[in-house]
Amino acid sequence: MSEASRLGRWSMLLWVAPAVVLLAVFVYYPVVDNILLSLYRWDAFSPKDVWVGLDNYVNLAADPVFWSALFNNVAYAVVSVVVQVGGGLTLAAVLEELVHGRLKGFFRTVYFIPAVISLTITGLLFQFIYNPQIGLLNQLLGGLGLGALEHSWLGESATAIWSIIAMSQWQSIGYVMVLFIVAMQRIPRELYEAAYIDGATRPQAFRRITVPLVREMSVLAMIITVSGAFLVFNEVQVMTAGGPNNSSHTLGTWLYKSAFFNDQMGYAAAIAVVIFLITITVSIVQLFLNRGKVVQY
Amino acid sequence: MAGNVARPNHLASPRGAVTGSIGRVIAYVVLIVIAVAIIYPLVWMTLNGFKSNAELFGDAWGLPTKWRWENFVKAWNLGVVRYLLNSVIVTGASVVTTILFSSLAAYALTRLRIPFAGAITVLLLGGMMLAPTVALIPLFRLIQALHIFDTYWALIILYTAFRIPFTVFLIRAYMITLSREMEDAAIVDGASRWQVFWLVVMPLCRPIIVSAALLQALFAWNEFVFALVFISDTNLKTLPVGLLAMQGRVLSDWPVLFAALTMAAIPMIVLFLLGQRQFIRGLSEGFGK
Repeated sequence: MSEASRLGRWSMLLWVAPAVVLLAVFVYYPVVDNILLSLYRWDAFSPKDVWVGLDNYVNLAADPVFWSALFNNVAYAVVSVVVQVGGGLTLAAVLEELVHGRLKGFFRTVYFIPAVISLTITGLLFQFIYNPQIGLLNQLLGGLGLGALEHSWLGESATAIWSIIAMSQWQSIGYVMVLFIVAMQRIPRELYEAAYIDGATRPQAFRRITVPLVREMSVLAMIITVSGAFLVFNEVQVMTAGGPNNSSHTLGTWLYKSAFFNDQMGYAAAIAVVIFLITITVSIVQLFLNRGKVVQY
Repeated sequence: MAGNVARPNHLASPRGAVTGSIGRVIAYVVLIVIAVAIIYPLVWMTLNGFKSNAELFGDAWGLPTKWRWENFVKAWNLGVVRYLLNSVIVTGASVVTTILFSSLAAYALTRLRIPFAGAITVLLLGGMMLAPTVALIPLFRLIQALHIFDTYWALIILYTAFRIPFTVFLIRAYMITLSREMEDAAIVDGASRWQVFWLVVMPLCRPIIVSAALLQALFAWNEFVFALVFISDTNLKTLPVGLLAMQGRVLSDWPVLFAALTMAAIPMIVLFLLGQRQFIRGLSEGFGK
C-alpha cells in the first residue's frame, strides 16, 4: 500500500470521528469514571475526594431505602411485563384479527397517543386524578359504591408506588402493542387461512400461530420493559419525589436524592453501579437470546 | 359460515362463527372501553384548562361553564412560551447533530474500508446498552469542568451522544440494504466520496432519516434527567422540567396548570399524528429485525 493511500485510509476515520469522540467522552468515560467514583466519599462542592474503598457498598447493603427502591423497580418490571407485554400482545392480536380498515388505524392511534407525551405532563395530570378531593379515581370509586376503596393514593406509603406503576401502564401499553402489530403484520395470512380450513378457532390460531411467530418481538418487548423499569425516574420524581417517607423511591430517584439533596455523591455513584449491573445484565441476556432459536416464517 | 360479514382479508374463517360473532361484540366493547380509559384523562386535562378553580373543585367531571381562554394566555405568559422555545432549540439542534454524525458514521461503516471498522462498530452500537442515569454523577463533574453547565450546549451534546448508538443502528441497517449501483455510477463519473454521500446516499436514505429524526425529536422533547440536573436557570429550562417549576408558580390556580400541560402536550401529539407512518417505521426498523 502506498504512503498516500495509507494516509487516505486513516483520513477516512474523520467520517466516524464526531460520533466516536462524543460517545467516548460523554458516554463511555463517565460510565467507567462512575465505578471509580463509587469508591470515594465526596460531595458536589468540595473537590477533595476521600478514598473509602467499598464503604459506599456496605452502607448501601444496610440502607432500607435502597432495598425498598430496588423492590419498587422489581415491582415495576413484573407489572409492566404482565400488563404491557401480555396485554399489548393480546390487544394487538385482537386489533389485527377483528378490526379492519380505518377503525383499526383509529384504535391504534388512540392507544399510542399517551406514549408520545412527556412523563412530566402525565405525572402532573395523574397527581390530580389520584387527588383525594377532586381526583377522578376516588369519585369513580364513590360513584360505583366502592367508597371503601378510596385512598389518598399518592399520599400513603402502601399505595404510592402502585399508583405510579398503574399510571405507567396506562401510558405505555399502546407503545408495546404497536411493536407487536408490526411483528404480526409480517406473518403471512396463508398460515391463518390454512389453520381455519383445518377447523381451528381464533384462540387456537392465536396460541399456535401468532404467539410462536412473534416470539422474537415478545423477548424484545420484555427486554425493553424490564430495562425501562430499572431506569424509572421521571414519573416518580414528578408525582411523589420518592415520598411519603421514602416509600416510593426507585433506584433512579434515590440516586438523585442521595447526590443532589443529601450530598452523598460517592454513595449515589454506588447506586449507579447497581443500576449499571442490572441493565447490562438485561442487555447481555438479550444478545444471548437473539442468537438462540428463532421461529422462522 | 363465512359471508355474513364482509371480510376481505379472509378466504377461510375460523370454526364457530356464531360464538365468533358474540366474541366479536365483546371484543369491540373491550376495545372501546380501553380507548375511553386511555383518552379520557387527556380530555379531562384539556377541559380543566378552561375551568375556574371553583368549577374544578366543585364538579370535577363537569364541563366548563364557559371557555376561559384567559387561562391559556396566563399559562403562556407564566413560562410556557419560554420553556417551549427552549425545548424547540434543544430538540432542533440535537436532531440535526444526531442525524448528521450518525449518518456520517453509518456511511463510513457500510461503504468505506476504514481501519478498526469492527471495533468502531461495537463501540458505536454498544452504547445502546448504557443508560443516562448510570453516567449522571460523573457527567455532573464533567459538564461543570467544561463550563457548559446551565447552557443549551450541555443538553444538545448529551442528547446527541446518548442517541448516536440507536440512530447509527437504524441508519446503518438501512444503508446495508441499499443498492450501490447509483453510487458506483457516480464514482465512475468522478464524484468524490463527500459528493456521493450528500447527493446520492442521503437522498436515498430519506425515509429512515425522517423516522430517525422523529424518534430523536420525541426523545429530546421529553427527556427529563439531564434537563433537571444540568439546567438550573429558569430561563433555560425545557418543558418537562419547566412545567414542574410552574406547579409552584401558578399559586394554586390549578386550571392554569392544566392549560399549560395541554399546550405542552400538543406539539408532540401533532407531530405524531402527522408522521405516524414514519414513527412506526422507525420503531419497526429499530426493533423488528
